[in-house]
Amino acid sequence: MLGIIIATVMITIIGIVVGTGLVYTAKKFYVEADPREIKVRECLPGNNCGACGYAGCDAVAAAIVKGDAPVNACPVGGASVTEKIGEIMGTSADAQERKTAFVRCAGTCEVTHDQGNYIGIRDCRSAVLSGMNVTECSYGCLGYGSCVSVCPQNAISVKDGAAVVDPSRCIGCGLCCKACPRGLIELVPESRKVRVQCSNRDKGAQVKAVCSAGCIGCMLCTRQCEFDAITVTDNLAKVNYANCTQCGKCADKCPVKAITPPASKRDNMNGERK
Amino acid sequence: MKNLILIVVAGALINNVVLNQFLGICSFLGVSKQMKASASLGGAVIFVITVASGVASLLYDYVLKPFDLDYMKTIVFILVIAALVQIVEMFLKKTSPAMYKALGIYLPLITTNCAVLGVALTNVQNGYNFIESVLSGFGTAVGYTIAIVLLAGIRSRINEEDIPAPLRGAPIVLISAALMSIAFMGFPGLSF
Repeated sequence: MLGIIIATVMITIIGIVVGTGLVYTAKKFYVEADPREIKVRECLPGNNCGACGYAGCDAVAAAIVKGDAPVNACPVGGASVTEKIGEIMGTSADAQERKTAFVRCAGTCEVTHDQGNYIGIRDCRSAVLSGMNVTECSYGCLGYGSCVSVCPQNAISVKDGAAVVDPSRCIGCGLCCKACPRGLIELVPESRKVRVQCSNRDKGAQVKAVCSAGCIGCMLCTRQCEFDAITVTDNLAKVNYANCTQCGKCADKCPVKAITPPASKRDNMNGERK
Repeated sequence: MKNLILIVVAGALINNVVLNQFLGICSFLGVSKQMKASASLGGAVIFVITVASGVASLLYDYVLKPFDLDYMKTIVFILVIAALVQIVEMFLKKTSPAMYKALGIYLPLITTNCAVLGVALTNVQNGYNFIESVLSGFGTAVGYTIAIVLLAGIRSRINEEDIPAPLRGAPIVLISAALMSIAFMGFPGLSF
């Protein structure tokens, strides 16, 4: 019986000493922090999962307050957390429109072909390093799925030899943009559906020879646009997302259908052409 | 002196905490994806285990032993180690932000790492005094760092290889770890 009492008393004393020590250290070594940082930290899930790319919730809260990270930096929290952080930071969640990845190539097996017979590691970066022209189009999607393997959300798949992003699953982390050795993937505001689905900067005749869906730089879209929202540089059309009104005239006029139509003119929302 | 050096070498190589005693496997497999993270975790582990084994040794010698509370050592060590790491974290945050940033998330993560508790208990079992405990803790933590950095290096090589589909991911990592373990089994054969 005495043993139990001694044990209880000793453990209680150790507990009290340790607890007091913790409180004392917390007060003594308190680090002055931006009050907004504490508020932002409270909104975050607190799992310290690191999916945002920072070393835990404290780190990303500090980055958000500093302006280094967007208010929607936390992919786990989703819209509700983004909204709360947006309120604290004084920017509405709408101002930071969700961005999703977009593959600027429509080079499926139907419209273009592989060249030679690459039998190395099934990885785009290895294919590029091999030095051979794996695809006929030297700008196009290789289709070995380096982007697929880095995507944390399984949002990318290779269909018919070209990568396609499922915008509903994309969290806009940008890992695929860095993984693509040909730099085909970019982050585009989700609502901007009129996009140029080609990256080939060669002259029209050369493009025609290798791909039937490639931008030939014919300037028809530029002439069609009333808002100066689409320009052709280096034989490649580029949409200025700030000016674009989603009218879709350029997409209608494009002879090779290299421009994706706006949401109002398509059946499915998967980012694929009709 | 020879004895003290032996304790460090034994902790680091001969009784390697991960590969021979199979403690701390979770972080060993979980964090070894990237070399940089592995090295940071190794640094944090060296720091925490060295401090924790010293404190645990003092606590055992001056509190638990005199009161015949030997059987309470597990729970007391957990309690004290967890609190100690918290205190160290707060201390670092205030006094050395650079080091706090480098160790980052790993410091609180290893609070509950079984290797930390394992070392404290093994020291007590072996009847080490304070200095021996600290050295044994340091050696063990160095052993952990060696193991995790080696595995991170192996994994970065593995990533570039064309591995048969059924073995991709966790299976090949476990196989690599097992081969490393077999290699480390050679160290107990050394004689001094």
